[in-house]
Amino acid sequence: MSAPSVTVTADIAGRWRAGVMAALVVLVLLLALVSLGTGPVRLSPFTVIDALCGGGSDVQQVIVQEIRLPRTILGFAIGAILGLSGAALQGLLRNPLASPSLFGAPQSAAFGAVLVIAFGLADVRSYALPVAAILAAFASVFVLLAIAGRNAGLLILILAGLAISSLAGAATALVMNLSSNPFVVLEIAFWLLGSLDDRSFRHVTLALPFIMAGAILLWSQRNAFRALSLGEETAQSLGVNVGRLRLAVILGTALGVGGAVAVTGTIGFIGLVAPHLMRPLIGHDPARLLVPSALTGAALLLAADIAVRIIPSSSDIKVGVLTSIIGVPFFLYLIMRERRALGGGVA
Amino acid sequence: MTAAAFLTARELSVRLAGRTVLADISLALPAGRLVALVGPNGAGKTTLLRALAGLVPSQGAIDVGGDALSSLLLRERARRFAYLPQGHVVHWPLPAGDVVALGRYPHGATDPARLTPADAAAVLRAMQATDVVALRQRRVTELSGGERSRVALARVLAVEAPVILADEPTASLDPRHQIDVMKSLRAAADQGTLVMVVTHDLGLAGRFADTVLVLSDGRLVAQGAPVEALSERVMADVFRVSAYRAEHQREAVIVPWAEI
Repeated sequence: MSAPSVTVTADIAGRWRAGVMAALVVLVLLLALVSLGTGPVRLSPFTVIDALCGGGSDVQQVIVQEIRLPRTILGFAIGAILGLSGAALQGLLRNPLASPSLFGAPQSAAFGAVLVIAFGLADVRSYALPVAAILAAFASVFVLLAIAGRNAGLLILILAGLAISSLAGAATALVMNLSSNPFVVLEIAFWLLGSLDDRSFRHVTLALPFIMAGAILLWSQRNAFRALSLGEETAQSLGVNVGRLRLAVILGTALGVGGAVAVTGTIGFIGLVAPHLMRPLIGHDPARLLVPSALTGAALLLAADIAVRIIPSSSDIKVGVLTSIIGVPFFLYLIMRERRALGGGVA
Repeated sequence: MTAAAFLTARELSVRLAGRTVLADISLALPAGRLVALVGPNGAGKTTLLRALAGLVPSQGAIDVGGDALSSLLLRERARRFAYLPQGHVVHWPLPAGDVVALGRYPHGATDPARLTPADAAAVLRAMQATDVVALRQRRVTELSGGERSRVALARVLAVEAPVILADEPTASLDPRHQIDVMKSLRAAADQGTLVMVVTHDLGLAGRFADTVLVLSDGRLVAQGAPVEALSERVMADVFRVSAYRAEHQREAVIVPWAEI
């Protein structure tokens, strides 16, 4: 019987994946500690732990618990949901170039939020903001998948994504254009760059419920992504309700990305990069990629947010700018690698 | 044909994008048969398979194992029909063993790393039947066309469904692999599975099938034992060819020969 040998190899692969996961968790925790210690007042990881547990001076406690903890929580949660939704979209579309930012979801969410801010419908601390961002993100992903159709090739997806993000960008520009208050315009412009500066627990309570709902929704579909590796028709013949799966992924992505964008502006390319970093380590199984991609996304955003505080510059570098500066060349590299599939046209 | 029908369709018709693709199909197929579904390109063969598996909406009644298809939940349908589409597409470079294990998905085994002993045994049986045990750790994208088709077939066998619907499982395979695939399906039929195979290879259909269904323009124009269903008149009217007919080792040989 060769049945035992099948399980033994599965065990080895499983142990390896568990090791990678453990390493990722440690990395994320370390980055979180460094993030809590980084700023105008530098604190060592030990001081940070002490302050978190209620030790250290009052000033240290205020710095760590009230000023930096919300920023670190948001960095973790938003990085994680971006990584997770990237992996989920890639699983749904069976396409390694899928990601929320390439499909115009954050740009559309930003438009929704900007609309609310510019017309004074709500201040930046109201739930109207994430709700508007989520609705706009939902509409954008829905339209994209409707245009692309059931067996969308790379080319169609990317062209449709380009069109949608351009439209969202143009609509945002129009709103700023029509806005009569120059201060509001300036505020929007900076906000659009994407940043975790000066975020409070108010922002955390604003974004976190939506991000968590999105994450749970996407994660609950994990096994369907695996069946979908064999194509939509076969997945359906295996008992997957493909229509419901699509809706769940659109909704989960919109909730997560919309919630994130509402408090930080647009932070791009983490969803594209994170699953790619994990494939060589975890394998290509789209179900197994979800959690590692989320952890990688969290690590990437925490690291980027530490970097913008350390890099010396005359004015603040926004973290959204940094992720795009790193993410776009990575995207170009992926295009180069996928050249054959793209050149094939129909894919 | 005295055996009770396991799969029946009554007045089945399918319209896609405003066009009637299948019209008024009625059939009754017992378990343990290998049924070949033949017909010219565009006759509706693939659509008929999809309709029987409930993958495209249809009018009319389909019964499987005594239950109306429309009354079955998605997962229950998936346990009764194992469906093998054309092309054997796998979008990610997964290990072949994981692909085969997806055949247990309808039984609740959604994670290939955590199979119950019963599921693992079914996967192993399927891999042995198609001789792919040695390939289980290779990535499917790195396999040859013949190996990939055997892995795809193993995935379908692993469902251990009472009905297998296979769409051109021998297309683009060399003669040896064609025979291997047909023999695996024949063995499944001999063990009591109802196997329905779409094929353009009338020679394979004539040799391996118990029953041949001939579709033309969305209608069932002939059905019966291969030599009867693929009569000279059907060959002429439906395929517009003449055929060389013979018998070899007591099996029918039908070779399309010249255009008419």
